[in-house]
Amino acid sequence: MSDATPPETTSIHQSADAHKLLRKRRRRERGFRMMGMSAIVMAMCALTWLLISIVGTGYTAFYQHQMTIDVVLDETVLDPNGTRDPDELRKANFRRIIQNTLYARFPDITDRRARQDLFKTVSASGATDLVRQMVYKTPSLIGQTLTLEVPTSDDVDQLLKGYIDREVSEDRRKLSDQQIKWVDELVASGEVHARFNWAFFTATDSRDPELAGIAGAVAGSFMALLVAFVVAVPIGIGAAVYLEEFAPENLFTDIVEININNLAAVPSIIFGLLGLAVFLNFFGMPRSAPLVGGLVLALMTLPTIIIAARAALRAVSPSIVDGALSLGASKTQAVFHHKVPLAAPGILTGTIIGMAQALGETAPLLMIGMVAFVTEIPTSITEPASALPVQIFLWADSAERAWAERTSAAIIALLVVLLSMNALAIFLRSKLERRW
Amino acid sequence: MILGFALSFIAMIAGGLFGRHLAISQVGRTGETGSAGPNRAHSLPKFHGYMLAWHIGFAALGLLALHGFRRDLLSTPWLIAGLALTTLLAALHSRRIIKPELRARDYVERYVRISLLLCSAVAVLTTFGIVLSLIFESARFFEKVSFLEFLTGLQWSPQTAIRADQAGQSGAFGAVPIFAGTFMIMAVAMLIATPIGLMIAIYLSEYATAKVRGIVKPFIEILAGVPTVVYGFFALLTVGPAIRGLAESMGFAVPTQSAIAAGSVMGVMIIPFISSLSDDVINAVPQNLRDGAYALGATKSETMTQVIFPAALPGIMGAILLGVSRAIGETMIVVMAAGRAANLTGNPFEAVTTVTVQVVSLLTGDQEFDSAKTLAAFALGLVLFVITLILNVIALLIVRRYRERYE
Repeated sequence: MSDATPPETTSIHQSADAHKLLRKRRRRERGFRMMGMSAIVMAMCALTWLLISIVGTGYTAFYQHQMTIDVVLDETVLDPNGTRDPDELRKANFRRIIQNTLYARFPDITDRRARQDLFKTVSASGATDLVRQMVYKTPSLIGQTLTLEVPTSDDVDQLLKGYIDREVSEDRRKLSDQQIKWVDELVASGEVHARFNWAFFTATDSRDPELAGIAGAVAGSFMALLVAFVVAVPIGIGAAVYLEEFAPENLFTDIVEININNLAAVPSIIFGLLGLAVFLNFFGMPRSAPLVGGLVLALMTLPTIIIAARAALRAVSPSIVDGALSLGASKTQAVFHHKVPLAAPGILTGTIIGMAQALGETAPLLMIGMVAFVTEIPTSITEPASALPVQIFLWADSAERAWAERTSAAIIALLVVLLSMNALAIFLRSKLERRW
Repeated sequence: MILGFALSFIAMIAGGLFGRHLAISQVGRTGETGSAGPNRAHSLPKFHGYMLAWHIGFAALGLLALHGFRRDLLSTPWLIAGLALTTLLAALHSRRIIKPELRARDYVERYVRISLLLCSAVAVLTTFGIVLSLIFESARFFEKVSFLEFLTGLQWSPQTAIRADQAGQSGAFGAVPIFAGTFMIMAVAMLIATPIGLMIAIYLSEYATAKVRGIVKPFIEILAGVPTVVYGFFALLTVGPAIRGLAESMGFAVPTQSAIAAGSVMGVMIIPFISSLSDDVINAVPQNLRDGAYALGATKSETMTQVIFPAALPGIMGAILLGVSRAIGETMIVVMAAGRAANLTGNPFEAVTTVTVQVVSLLTGDQEFDSAKTLAAFALGLVLFVITLILNVIALLIVRRYRERYE
């Protein structure tokens, strides 16, 4: 056959058709590659968009506008009888004090409506609570004049942060032209100024966005996580050690293994239903408490910890255990004195990742009622509390701009904690990991 | 309960120290007072201590369990008394049994094994707890609402059920609109997550250099680590309004809360899930299949689409099924961005509701535990659990069988 082929014809691989096909195939190859790259770019864009939108709305919550006012603690208003009785002082009309302070600052405003508007530029409950606390603590202040910094109202704060459009007609704006004029005057004189928003980290939830903080939610989250840690880590490590080292090959072991794999994929809200039905209704544990939240989170993170701990145990060289056994250690001693300590970095990493998951989890906590409006920092794990992700959920429900800002700021705080937990896990893994 | 645990723990430590002390008093610190002969101890004194501690621990666990399940039989004062009594009994008993020839280490060995077994039984107990509580509460729901009506009814308005005193106003519990909404959001999410996740996995495993992988992988991991409530807020604050704005500029009216907004954000959430699972699956395809294809002159993309992909297909299906199960069970994104009204619609630009949204809205706020409204949440939870369980089991079986094929 080869004899029949004329020598001048080129190979079929060199023909015009072949070149065309080759070009087409190369084009397809490039197209496929581009698809892969664009998928990565799309995912990264989504993440960037998310981060930018949250940081963009949230960063302004870390500073807040405060108003410096000279508060005259008028005795005739606060303590007309001169008794200095703490109970009377608590009920005294501090609102009037703040109002008088503002009216004194703008003496030419006499109209009642205008005065009301003026009072709305300062955070009413923020200012009165501050003064009430001070007077209650040291009643001797009465009669003196104090220079205090009090938060402005959320509308003023939003205006100064540039979120309220001054160009919009007055009736479609939250602040009137007159109020804006006052605020501008106060800003020009330096009486209204921006400060770092410490209150966001030290205050608890509030009805007023300018006073709301995440301290209560952080405390609740911390307690729930502590409970989850105390419960899930020993049980998780125990289960992993059993399955890796002691479990005989029988039906029970198979059931446990299948179970753990399945539990890892059960929706978190189902764990919430379990918590509601078993812990709250059956065992009668307190509603909304970090104790129950922690238990539910513990059950939820248990599979993660078990799977990670088993992988870590498996990675330890069997010669270690063999060596221990040959020196007369019992099986338990060999495992607990030698294998578990060597697997500890891996177990720790898995635990941190599991805890990070638990920290970000919201749905099961909603089921067991950790959505209560809690204005005090919880002091024990049986008291009603909120949690940081739940706080985010609750604030996200409020439509006002000031709340969106707080919500984003709380998310930033949560993400920072989560990222540092994950970074710690990665760091520990690279630092402590040993290979055989 | 916490007090009980703390007391048991203290009792265990005290018992342990006591046992050790007893053993030391008989055989000395190293257990070798008599060096040889009848006084030479079998186990070190600390094992006598451990043994006693474990005796007390097991007894305390029994008491605590009884206290938890039947508080009427064993109230808190009795629990404390019982703990004290068992500690005392164990101590007295140990005075009899602690002798040099006692094989304490063997006992401890056995107890450790039993304790570890109990730890792994917690996982089984959790599943039992889930199944039993869901079935038990659902059964009570189906006493009030017929099973058939629940699965085939087209009307869902549980809120009216609160006014039970009004005759004929018992609410409607037809869950079809909810299932349809769940399905639609899941479909939107998977339409986004599957191609993107798969292409990321292919690119990372076949094309990317180690450097690119080193950059992209952490990014994807961050995407996986973002809490769902954050995605929900993102959908509510940014994506929903963006889609509405886009639709308005084209002349449609779309609500901020729509299936497409929730679904697309959920898709982004599931991308890392699909990509990491498919990455594993593609990497598990033996290299010689690739080499064979390259040897025949195939390009990388041809190798991928015609050789590796068909070989990895079962595993990829498994990954997608796990993604579907996650999409169905996802709660926070849909609660925040999908809406609460049960619309039976095929239009993804409308607000729909899902199983998880209904569970949340039925169970938050005030509850009377016997109303059909509250119990309906458990029936929905049961449906959710069964569907995700089936999906997970199928997916795990597929993935496992697939792995075995190439190992």
